[in-house]
Amino acid sequence: MNRLRGVTKKALFLPLICLVLVLLLNMIKDPGFFSIAINNGVLYGRLIDILNRGSEIAILAVGQTLVVAASAGTDISVGSVMSLSACFCSVLLAGYGVNSTDTFRMPMLAGMLSGVFVGGVCGAVNGSLVSKLKIQPMIATLILFTAARAVGLLLCNNQITYLRYEPYKYLGNFIPGCPVPTPIFVAAAVISAAFLVLRKTSLGLYIQSVGINNRAARLLGINSARICFLCYVICGLCAGIAGIVASSRIYSADSNNIGLYYELDAILAVALGGNSLGGGKFNMAASVVGAYTIQAINTTLLALGISTDQAPVVKAIIVVVIVTIQSPVFRAWVLSRTGRNRKAIKEGAGA
Amino acid sequence: MQSGEKGGSVFQNRPFSQYGEAFCAGPSQLIYTERVKHMEDQILLTMRNVCKAFPGVRALENAQITLRKGEIHALMGENGAGKSTLIKVLTGVYQFDSGEIRIQGINEPVINRSTLEAQKNGIATVYQEINLCPNLSVAENLFIGREPKSRLGLIDWRTMNKRAKKIMDDLDIDVDVTLTLENYSLAVQQMIAIARAVDMDCRILILDEPTSSLDDGEVAKLFKLMLRLKEEGVGIIFITHFLEQVYMVCDRITVLRNGRFVGEYGVGEMPRVKLVAAMLGKDFDDLASIKPEGGAASSEEVVVEAKGLSHKGKIKPFDFIIRKGEVVGVTGLLGSGRSEMVRCIYGADRAQTGTLKMKGRELKAKAPIDSIKAGMGFLPDDRKADGLIGDLSVRENIILAMQAREGIFKTLPPSKQNELADKFIEMLRIKTASRETPVSQLSGGNQQKVILARWLCTHPDFLILDEPTRGIDVGTKTEFQKLILKFASEGMSVVFISSEIEEMLRTCSRMCVMRDGAKVDEIEGDMTQNSVMAAIAGGEAK
Repeated sequence: MNRLRGVTKKALFLPLICLVLVLLLNMIKDPGFFSIAINNGVLYGRLIDILNRGSEIAILAVGQTLVVAASAGTDISVGSVMSLSACFCSVLLAGYGVNSTDTFRMPMLAGMLSGVFVGGVCGAVNGSLVSKLKIQPMIATLILFTAARAVGLLLCNNQITYLRYEPYKYLGNFIPGCPVPTPIFVAAAVISAAFLVLRKTSLGLYIQSVGINNRAARLLGINSARICFLCYVICGLCAGIAGIVASSRIYSADSNNIGLYYELDAILAVALGGNSLGGGKFNMAASVVGAYTIQAINTTLLALGISTDQAPVVKAIIVVVIVTIQSPVFRAWVLSRTGRNRKAIKEGAGA
Repeated sequence: MQSGEKGGSVFQNRPFSQYGEAFCAGPSQLIYTERVKHMEDQILLTMRNVCKAFPGVRALENAQITLRKGEIHALMGENGAGKSTLIKVLTGVYQFDSGEIRIQGINEPVINRSTLEAQKNGIATVYQEINLCPNLSVAENLFIGREPKSRLGLIDWRTMNKRAKKIMDDLDIDVDVTLTLENYSLAVQQMIAIARAVDMDCRILILDEPTSSLDDGEVAKLFKLMLRLKEEGVGIIFITHFLEQVYMVCDRITVLRNGRFVGEYGVGEMPRVKLVAAMLGKDFDDLASIKPEGGAASSEEVVVEAKGLSHKGKIKPFDFIIRKGEVVGVTGLLGSGRSEMVRCIYGADRAQTGTLKMKGRELKAKAPIDSIKAGMGFLPDDRKADGLIGDLSVRENIILAMQAREGIFKTLPPSKQNELADKFIEMLRIKTASRETPVSQLSGGNQQKVILARWLCTHPDFLILDEPTRGIDVGTKTEFQKLILKFASEGMSVVFISSEIEEMLRTCSRMCVMRDGAKVDEIEGDMTQNSVMAAIAGGEAK
């Protein structure tokens, strides 16, 4: 019993429970929800689907978590930056104004890395606005939120560029011979890199210090502005990676649709992980769980056969329930209720 | 008609509210002379036995102030003396627990439940931070909320500007009322705020530290305006930390200490030294001199040498020198530049002029980290805002400065972190449930010890302690003093700032005296409470 209570106190407990609840929801309609099969040499199944499709959100959530923790604000430009990275990558590979191509003008990897790099540059722009000019994060990132997607459109000459080159599809789909979708590996790599950095360096401690009290952090020798800047750059890089993955999925650079509304999911992932949007202490693992919870909800709605126009309503309801479960007020209320019950039972037994 | 029959003999004993009728009845000559004669005696406001408690603190205990017509009345006291609480009670920001406020012309005791109500009763306040709208014109600011309306209910701009111009002319303030407020200096903005208050028929004007962000010329302008208003019979309560200014414009002084009324004095009868003694709570004449018990022998090796450091007008250029193993005090009243001086040395505020040498080598600190690497440590006076990282654990708070010095890639291994945390928890006897307890859950004194531990971790050669003992209990205070002496004997140089002179006498071998943002004196050798207080007060003190 004590052990159980110890587990429930862990920061990761509630987000995980919520994820499990969402997954169990599927059992009602589709008992075969958890089955995983191999068709045509690749893995199939709802769970695989959630892991696969949730990759972009999870990657974005990693960067967003750091931004939220360090600056008590959100980077709302990540969706647009995804789109810009994809377009930049495609224009490098296909050339300006090319509608469809199966040959590349430069090595594919160089093009993709350049796309990620552009994401980092966008992050640096956001970071300098926030950390040097002290502009409120939401306003600072609003600039690229509106501009980045438009610049991407400009780069692609207002059209969708198709990259019909087989290896380009690998990143967003399957590498021949490997049954696991590649985005899962990418997400795993980004998440592991984040954990490694947080464990091996003091970045996490610095970020939390800056987020909790940046004046004190500066006085004890932390360069608060630089840490904040760094978080935005990391967030931008994450958006760049997610953008390339999303582009590879549909082997095209569709400026209007890549990463659309992803910033909202990224922020929601941080919140669903139980992290305070007020900055300070953060739990990276919880954010990642939050990201997959969102994808689980999306997939569940599809599985339950809810039409796409109605899906947002149901999604909103589920999110409200999850956020309520995690709110301290609700938890205190539950504790007081159970406490009273326990007392009542004891008294009843005594009588 | 009865009052008319009784005539002049009665009206000296009457409250002012009834003077008006009596004046009308008498000959005009009488009215004039009586008015001048009574200006000084007419009591505008009395606050008596005012008590106000906050959870855990008695902010005011039988505080009182009496304001007369046409006087500038200084309200003095150190930090936490209850000045602002008293003002907030008067202006309706806080409700008081007991006591009485009486305002001339109102027959029953006044209780202001809001600032609006206070305004209706003729009380206006101008704060240090001006609460006007910088993006509106001067005229709009003057009439905001009570703009003259035309017949259609629209704002009558022409009348408004005309009236605004007249108000400004009357008060000799040279501004274009149609320009936006942000075009004018802070001092002018402050005067406009005052003009607004005066135009709204205020009889009692409260100026809460109006001069703290003004330069000398601006202060002079403000004083001119204050003296003008005084002539017109407005009663002004003037809160400031600058002693000079009190002696320049004020007629009377009320001193508060720890929420209690200490006394009301005429400026002429109150030399500075006595005023400082009253504020600090030491009976100046009876003070026995306390010989420093400590003051470890210092070597000749100079650790820090500052020449001509200054920071943006907050602190005027100063020289400072400290030797190995020396404990130097920095003393002065609040706002005298104590904290600004040490912040400047530490590099928390970048110095605009001068040079700083640390152990013989020039140090140009761009940020605190440079100073830390050179071997400095700094415990700031505002523990909550500048010191603690509240949500982080005791362990993390202790190792942070050391970690910052080591750099982001050289993470201290957990075992080392635990060892350090445990060592200092034991050494400084920090009372905490565990080393992983969030530091915000500790008591004030223990939080302070955590920050001290943070710096001891880095083994600094030069440690600045700005008010380390504020708000902590007596036992811990003594502990701190002993620790300071111990560090000094081990070769650390310490700068120690405290509002309690006794405490500094006990620990320091030398004291720098600050006044009005400048280092004015240095006392060495024969330090007594009297000599230090005399130096703090400056001016005519002997």
